[in-house]
Amino acid sequence: MNDAQPEVAADPGDGPPGNAAVSETDAGRVARLDSLGDRDVILHTEGITKGFGALLVLRGIDIHLRRGEVLGLVGDNGCGKSTLVKILCGFHRQDEGEIFVEGEQVAFHSVKDARQHGIETVYQDLALIPALSVYQNLFLNREITRFGPLRWLSNKKMRQMARQYLDDIKVQVSSVDALVESMSGGQRQAVALARATVQESKILLLDEPLAAMGAKESALVIDLVKDLSHNRGVSMIIIDHNYQHLFELCDRLNVLQEGRISLDLRVEDTTMEELTALMVAEYRRRIMLGHQELRV
Amino acid sequence: MRRLSDVFFARPEATIFIVCVALIAYFAYRNSTFYSYYNIIVMAQYMAPIAVIGAGEVLLLDLAEIDLSSGQVFLTAPWFVVIMGQHGVPLGWGIGLSLLICCLIGAFNGAIVVWLRVPSFVATLGVNYVLAGWVLIASSDITTDMPGTTGKFGAWFGISNWSEGLWGLGIVILIWALLKGTKFGVHTTATGGNELGAAEAGVRVRRIKIWCFVILALVAGFIGIIDSIRIGSLDPAAPGLNEMLAGVTAAVIGGTALTGGKATVVGTLIGAIVLGVLEDGFNLIGISANWFILVEGAVILAAMAVNVQLGRWTLKTARR
Ligand SMILES: Nc1ncnc2c1ncn2[C@@H]1O[C@H](COP(=O)(O)OP(=O)(O)OP(=O)(O)O)[C@@H](O)[C@H]1O
Ligand SMILES: [Mg+2]
Repeated sequence: MNDAQPEVAADPGDGPPGNAAVSETDAGRVARLDSLGDRDVILHTEGITKGFGALLVLRGIDIHLRRGEVLGLVGDNGCGKSTLVKILCGFHRQDEGEIFVEGEQVAFHSVKDARQHGIETVYQDLALIPALSVYQNLFLNREITRFGPLRWLSNKKMRQMARQYLDDIKVQVSSVDALVESMSGGQRQAVALARATVQESKILLLDEPLAAMGAKESALVIDLVKDLSHNRGVSMIIIDHNYQHLFELCDRLNVLQEGRISLDLRVEDTTMEELTALMVAEYRRRIMLGHQELRV
Repeated sequence: MRRLSDVFFARPEATIFIVCVALIAYFAYRNSTFYSYYNIIVMAQYMAPIAVIGAGEVLLLDLAEIDLSSGQVFLTAPWFVVIMGQHGVPLGWGIGLSLLICCLIGAFNGAIVVWLRVPSFVATLGVNYVLAGWVLIASSDITTDMPGTTGKFGAWFGISNWSEGLWGLGIVILIWALLKGTKFGVHTTATGGNELGAAEAGVRVRRIKIWCFVILALVAGFIGIIDSIRIGSLDPAAPGLNEMLAGVTAAVIGGTALTGGKATVVGTLIGAIVLGVLEDGFNLIGISANWFILVEGAVILAAMAVNVQLGRWTLKTARR
């Protein structure tokens, strides 16, 4: 199935200026990946589907993430972005389809499995424990312990490392012993981001990491993301509804619509206006296709 | 600069500690028998099961769960020993197997809650009545002597003056260390505080829950065996729910929330001491057991009200 042609044909009047150019560069078409050939790809999926009961959320997701790349994922509320992230980090299990890390097929049975492959996540709900302190949250499920099987906590060490790391990335909290329940939304977000980055990882999945943040904190997070990407070579998938952030941070954008990746664009090949127009056009095309399918 | 009083009142155990000291002072003033050596031993024996069951329940309350069968497990464990003894199982084996069965009961409780998603309140209530019924059937409703009350063994496990109190204290300290000092403890608190979040962080919330039920059943059964060796006989009609409620009461007046994520073993120990002191003190100054029940209720209400208020004031500065 060719996705690019019918789009133009179905809705020539509404096509944004530059649409033809986009088609020529093959953007606007779901990139089929010659997977194992591309050594640069650190994470890719083939035909991921996921449903909750009768609701089919993901209907065959093919994405790929290159080494050191920042990939933005956009789509309407409830289209399944978070669900996809939760599959990639081992929290949900996909119904069908495969995940590959560095070309090798993986099966994540738990979040820990994914972590072992270097995948860290900031969840949309942050997954923080209000009743625990900042450092306990930072080290949740990667506690530093001693005395072998007793798993006795080295609180002193964790406190110190937490303080050090938060200083390094310029996150300000009153104390690493402060309870998360006493913190503001933006501070919580910063703590969640710190948790995902405190240990070296290869792939970072960020589900709306800027949602509750003011301008200053956003800048802080944006700087951190840039630093991780440029200096530490971390590959990232970022979900955000704010195009400005995405265009600033990302190398490439994928649009998730109706359970599939409908558009795959390089940021330098497009603009915010064009992206919006393309999404609307794609949306209309799918509705029309849907009607046709119904008629047949 | 933080004032010392801020730090003190930020602790959930603060209220019950003050209540405890005040009660001890009051009863010591009213009746000097209160602080006699013998009376302190009697109180320790009375408090031990409450403190152990309470500390075990703290694990579950921390998870926002509850185990209503813990008191009945406490009463039933020695019956396992007795019945196995009647079938020729040596005492040591009988106790070991009995504790193993307690663990299985705990695992069963946990499995029903975790896998079948039956609320723990209902699931453990069912188990409570199953066990109570089994005791009545297996004992033919006849009071029976507890074996193992003689010799060195008996002395260690219940007969000597401080045995039960020290076992109780030791178990409470172990549970405290487990909750405060280990990875397991943090994961328990995390699960109770935000189950979805903990799971997203990779905490095995189901496994944690099942283990907490197992630990509670194990310690309740153990202190139950000690308690009945000390007393020497078993009453098949004793109501387990009372013992369980005493433990939960100790936990709650000690500052543990029923809603999960806020748990204090130290507070529970002090809560158990308060219950013991109240019961014993009222006896000594000649007030009837009926008044004890009424005052116990009033203490629970007052302690809870104060705790909730203090919690609101100190949320911002709370420290662990
Ligand atoms: N655990 C679950 N059980 C049942 N349905 C779920 C579950 N998680 C997600 N869903 C449903 O799946 C759909 C996709 O949800 P998801 O959270 O992935 O959307 P999203 O794209 O992240 O939206 P948003 O932009 O609002 O964050 C929604 O309709 C949601 O109701
Ligand atoms: Mg989402």
